[in-house]
Amino acid sequence: MQELLQSIAPWLADNAIFTPQTLAQYWEGFVNTVQLVFISLVLGLILALPLSIGRASRLKPLSLAIWVYTWVFRGTPLLVQLYIAYYGLAFIPGIQQSIVWPLIRDPLYPALLAFMLNTAAYTTEIFYGAIKATPRGEVEAARAYGMSSLMAYRRIILPSALRRALPAYGNEVIFMLHASAIASVVTITDLTGVAYNVYARFYAPFSAFIFVALCYMVLSFAIQGAFKLLEKRMLVHLQPA
Amino acid sequence: MKKLLTISLLSAAVAAGSAQASDDNTVRIGVDVPYVPMEYRTPDGELTGFDIELGNALCEQAKLQCSWVEQGWDGIIPGLLARRYDAIMSSMTINDERRQQVLFSDPYIVPPSAWFVPDDSSITGTSQQDMEGANIGVQRGTVQDSYVTDNYGDVANIQRYASADDVAVDMDTGRLDAAFLDYPTGEAALVDEGNYKTIGEMLTEPKEYFGEGFGIAFRQRDEALADKFNQALETLRDNGTYDQLHDKYFGGGGGAPEPASGS
Amino acid sequence: MIDFMGYGPRLLEGALLTAQLAVLSLLLALVLGLATASARLSQNPPLRAIAVVYTVAIRSVPDLVLMMLLFYGAQIGLNQITDAIYNHWGYDIFITIDPFAAGVATIGLIFGAYMAETFRGAFLAVDRGQIEAGAAYGMSRWLVFRHIRFPLMMRHALPGLGNNWMVLLKTTALVSIIGLSDMVRIAAEATRATHQTFLFMIPVALGYLVMTSVSEVIFGWLSRRYNAGFEEQH
Repeated sequence: MQELLQSIAPWLADNAIFTPQTLAQYWEGFVNTVQLVFISLVLGLILALPLSIGRASRLKPLSLAIWVYTWVFRGTPLLVQLYIAYYGLAFIPGIQQSIVWPLIRDPLYPALLAFMLNTAAYTTEIFYGAIKATPRGEVEAARAYGMSSLMAYRRIILPSALRRALPAYGNEVIFMLHASAIASVVTITDLTGVAYNVYARFYAPFSAFIFVALCYMVLSFAIQGAFKLLEKRMLVHLQPA
Repeated sequence: MKKLLTISLLSAAVAAGSAQASDDNTVRIGVDVPYVPMEYRTPDGELTGFDIELGNALCEQAKLQCSWVEQGWDGIIPGLLARRYDAIMSSMTINDERRQQVLFSDPYIVPPSAWFVPDDSSITGTSQQDMEGANIGVQRGTVQDSYVTDNYGDVANIQRYASADDVAVDMDTGRLDAAFLDYPTGEAALVDEGNYKTIGEMLTEPKEYFGEGFGIAFRQRDEALADKFNQALETLRDNGTYDQLHDKYFGGGGGAPEPASGS
Repeated sequence: MIDFMGYGPRLLEGALLTAQLAVLSLLLALVLGLATASARLSQNPPLRAIAVVYTVAIRSVPDLVLMMLLFYGAQIGLNQITDAIYNHWGYDIFITIDPFAAGVATIGLIFGAYMAETFRGAFLAVDRGQIEAGAAYGMSRWLVFRHIRFPLMMRHALPGLGNNWMVLLKTTALVSIIGLSDMVRIAAEATRATHQTFLFMIPVALGYLVMTSVSEVIFGWLSRRYNAGFEEQH
């Protein structure tokens, strides 16, 4: 029995992870992941607001065009979108001499572009669903007060819809965090990328990937907790009295 | 439905057996393809390269029936330990980190590692100052990765790829300023294909990183099998077969890998 | 006809592998999901606890990390166990994990957790009165399950199942990173060799669009079927 324990001990007590050097790498990966996800989400949110209003508009061509965009980005894997952004843009003839090249050259920006467009597509559909589900009474009341469309959106429809979209948007944030793990295939050293490097160098898959899984777990729970708090405050009017 | 799934999973997942590989005369060799000129496929699909031809010659000499099994680099050692194949002959550098996992044959070639840059590059040397701020491409988990990470990690931006081909593509896009690869591979993937050159010295030192050269890897308990390969290697060196192969792939040009003296 | 520079047949093979992988993982995920949902709703505390840990842990870690952990870790773990057995007792067993089977197992395991949540919600949504009515008619527990709980549950579960299936389909693309030759990997290989990103990636994207759109139509049809006798909900 003791021999058996000794022979499995190496992968239970593998120490490749907890050297100062690798821990510093993990920290760098953590920062990169948080930055990448945060910036993509903020840009995606900014993009999704006007798009969801356009999607709900009575202007058919506009609504249809936005639907096609969300259909394409929600119907294909983010990995394919990332490959297109990373390799597709770089191989456009003449692009290496153009002024956008410094942006495309850095793997961060193609990744941000793909992530932003992807999360914007999902967010647009979430907001659109919430806008469409706005109780008719609220809209009619706004009209009766003589509000213009713009003002009705600003004062009544959006505040009400965005609050109701909060739980679904919270899921999207976690989805984006998890989806960002593919950034390592375009050489970005995010959390997953660091774990992959540690695995490849020390052949320590358990410690490398379990440790990184725990990091993601902590991040996911933190996001979930934050959204729970936010929902409690923002949706207080929808709670049963 | 449920039953069908279980069966198909099991049959695919579990292949158990008890005969040790060296008992009969068949040996399966794992290899990560392509890694030109060491192992690659010709356009009509035939597997060839220095490792492949030398491996086949070794098997013939040792009177073994050899077959090649393709396996990506990331999983190549786990695959050996799992008996998916019985040896690895895939440009694997002998070093201490790997020795903990596998048993190596004598080195059969000592190829240097080399720096590659575009012909019109402004990088002229390979010191830390020369590489300051540069994007350096390496293949993840190789000895080149370890060397660059430890020696240039603080000054340069190291980008790690799953294969040497991926490194070459991002040299083509211009994302990378320099690549650090096995010399024969970089020569084939970059210098022969486009406007690239090597700079600085070829590196085979320090041994801590670059080891003693490429070796064939076996499971640690298969010492008898490793001995057979070592003996065959010595015979091929003596009778000139090894030199013929070495000339065919590397000629006599500058930077050719040393033919690894017998040890 | 588009010229795929010789990669056409391999792209098709890749698409087939994607489809096989997705369907087999779905079956596994459904089985795991039903079992886990039942465990969570059971009266047995340890079973419930296992189900909770499984669903929570899996759903808070990225698919790719789980895939790498199981794919690289499982094989090395098995090797160390079989080596220990060999050193100790002299039995030389070996177990090789086939990459395709590992892919199916991993994706099935991940989506089993998502399916479990969908099924659990749907079982809870079934009107208790209906189940009691079945019992009052003298139906056995199995008959109640087959004729009442399951069909009623499916009505509530279908939208969630449909959604999980689409996510699963897109998740199969990740196996290209761990070395399975699905259509994304073939397209990436072709891109590297030819530098023609759009030529290969756009058809692959279209392939996924076709699969997801067809699925949407099928799930729409199914949910109409299971909604028979109920009014359209607003």
